[in-house]
Amino acid sequence: MIKIDGVCKWYGSHQVLTECSASIARGEVVVVCGPSGSGKSTLIKCINGLESFQRGDIVVDQESIKSPKTKIYKLRSRVGMVFQSFELYPHLTCIENITLAPQKVLKRSRDESIDRAKTLLKQVGLSAHGAKYPSQLSGGQQQRVAIARSLAMDPLVMLFDEPTSALDPEMINEVLDVMVDLARSGMTMVVVTHEMGFAQRVGTRVLFMDAGVIVEDRACSEFFDRPESDRARAFLSSIVRR
Amino acid sequence: MSYRWNWGIIFEQPYLSWLLQGLGVTVALSCLAWAIALPLGTLVGSLRTGPYRAIRLLCAWYVQAFRNVPLIVQMFLWFFVFPEVVPKAVGFFLKRQLPIPEFTMGCLCLALYTSARIAEIIRSGLEAAGNGPRNAALASGMTYYQAYRYVLLPMSFRLTMPPLTSEFLAIFKNSSVALTIGVLELTAQSHQVESFTFQGFEAFTAATVLYALISWACLGIAGAVNRQLSNAGGLGTEVAIK
Amino acid sequence: MSSFDLSVITQNIPWLWAGMQLTILLTLLAVAGGIIVGVILALCRLSPWWALSAAAKLYVNLFRSIPLVLAVFWFYFLVPIVTGHPVGPFYSVLIAFVFFEGAYFAEIVRSGIQGVRRGQLSAALSTGLSHVQALRYVVMPQAIRNMYPVLVTRSIIIFQDTSLAFVVGLTDFLTSANIVANREGRPVEIYCFVAVVYFLLCYAAEAGLNLSKRRVAR
Repeated sequence: MIKIDGVCKWYGSHQVLTECSASIARGEVVVVCGPSGSGKSTLIKCINGLESFQRGDIVVDQESIKSPKTKIYKLRSRVGMVFQSFELYPHLTCIENITLAPQKVLKRSRDESIDRAKTLLKQVGLSAHGAKYPSQLSGGQQQRVAIARSLAMDPLVMLFDEPTSALDPEMINEVLDVMVDLARSGMTMVVVTHEMGFAQRVGTRVLFMDAGVIVEDRACSEFFDRPESDRARAFLSSIVRR
Repeated sequence: MSYRWNWGIIFEQPYLSWLLQGLGVTVALSCLAWAIALPLGTLVGSLRTGPYRAIRLLCAWYVQAFRNVPLIVQMFLWFFVFPEVVPKAVGFFLKRQLPIPEFTMGCLCLALYTSARIAEIIRSGLEAAGNGPRNAALASGMTYYQAYRYVLLPMSFRLTMPPLTSEFLAIFKNSSVALTIGVLELTAQSHQVESFTFQGFEAFTAATVLYALISWACLGIAGAVNRQLSNAGGLGTEVAIK
Repeated sequence: MSSFDLSVITQNIPWLWAGMQLTILLTLLAVAGGIIVGVILALCRLSPWWALSAAAKLYVNLFRSIPLVLAVFWFYFLVPIVTGHPVGPFYSVLIAFVFFEGAYFAEIVRSGIQGVRRGQLSAALSTGLSHVQALRYVVMPQAIRNMYPVLVTRSIIIFQDTSLAFVVGLTDFLTSANIVANREGRPVEIYCFVAVVYFLLCYAAEAGLNLSKRRVAR
């Protein structure tokens, strides 16, 4: 479904991604982890073209990001993304947040979009909050609305960029539960997170990154039981200690 | 101090109708110029934060040019210089055939001057809205146009209501500069009443009161608009999470 | 219209330079006087006496709602009546600017002082400083740091606005240029020159301000 092939990215002379390659199959839940500043977020933002890169290529659903024939907007509409700080549109209600892109990008009718939004809100446990504005919700609730907003586009794959790291501890689980349900329903997911519990419950693979390099790319169980590199071992023990 | 008061003079003809005509010209000039300046300024301000570097630079120079030359000099440039440097036929049209040339050129000048200032305000609003909503909108497959139209500009307008309000007040005050090219607006008319009657106190007080009423009315309108907007998910602290 | 003739500018440089000197002098005096009036007004507005605060507020709001041109006309008319003898355009324009800009400076100073967090004053007082010392050593330095970019920006605006003295015939830079343009019959060259001079000076001042802001931020 997604093929990342030798991606390199520089900010000026500073290299942030070095020869990153990986492929992600339909239905996989790939957890991307590593120390902060290792290039995880940058890498997944390359997948939907929010970040550009100088060398290599990424193919999503047989379409190359770099190809001039690819309509990047079309491609993005099929790739959902959830952000660290939710990024709900503050001037729109939850329902309006969810229905904006389906109406404007997919040209769906208003009624159809609203019906779908209500179903999705129910799915993330927020049926009662559709008419509220984001500022009236807690962080955990906002993030669940953001997930519903991405799902409304019926994406082929969902990208999560540290979806729980801006949340207070008591709200992390309500978001993770929604993500676990989503994973079990067969959604293809790429998740940048430090929540190793989530990785162990539903993750199929781990990409461990350090300093812009994918150091390990292995099945989840293997990674946690027998990490190969010293860097991964150091990282895991620092996470466990926390 | 010897001064003969005669407050009745401002209610005598023709002075009363001079002042009222002046008020009419001030309001018409300002509102017309605002109707041009707001969309133009919004466009320039948006392009300044857009994806094309050359256009960003061009718009930056647009703003610099209009901000760093006094408005009165710009009035002279439009009225005395512009008709001389354009092709002869256009110049002839501007000088000889254009109906109410002072008003038209004054309005154009005021509109362009104000558009540069609005562009700065809109840009600051777009920057304050941050990269998050932009990424979220693009990630859902919106084009740049859609992202600005449905997400970024609505946020920017809400964030910049106070400076936009004072710019709207300023356009009424700035419109008085058009008297230097012969537009008989409120200040010019009050000055004319003073010259004819030597009742400066009364004439200028009348103008001052009328300007104060305009300000007061504008603040009332802006307050109502602002309340309307903040009922609909006003942007408070929720823009910055954590 | 014959082609662009720069000699009309070079021939009149002394005349234009005299106008620019008057413009600069007027700007400097207007800024200095405006800041003094502004500080007094701001202190009145922040004072605990209700009447004083309300009077200052009325003054500020009234001046901020009228155009500068009207204020110039007002004072050009008023000053001779109050003083009892003609004073000429320079002094009446200067007085108009000082009173008019005072209202704007008052708002800048007030928000500068109010922008310093209350905790700062409490902290200073808790270390045993007197109220005056706390203002002098803790609040004011921060307030001035808050205010100074806005003060400079306002001064640049005043520099541009002095050209409005044209309406009462004060021979500042613009009016001098206007006289030259009429005398020589070459408005295109002269007004373009005026615009370029204003642009360069304001642009340079703003660039200087941005440079110094960056230095302060470091």
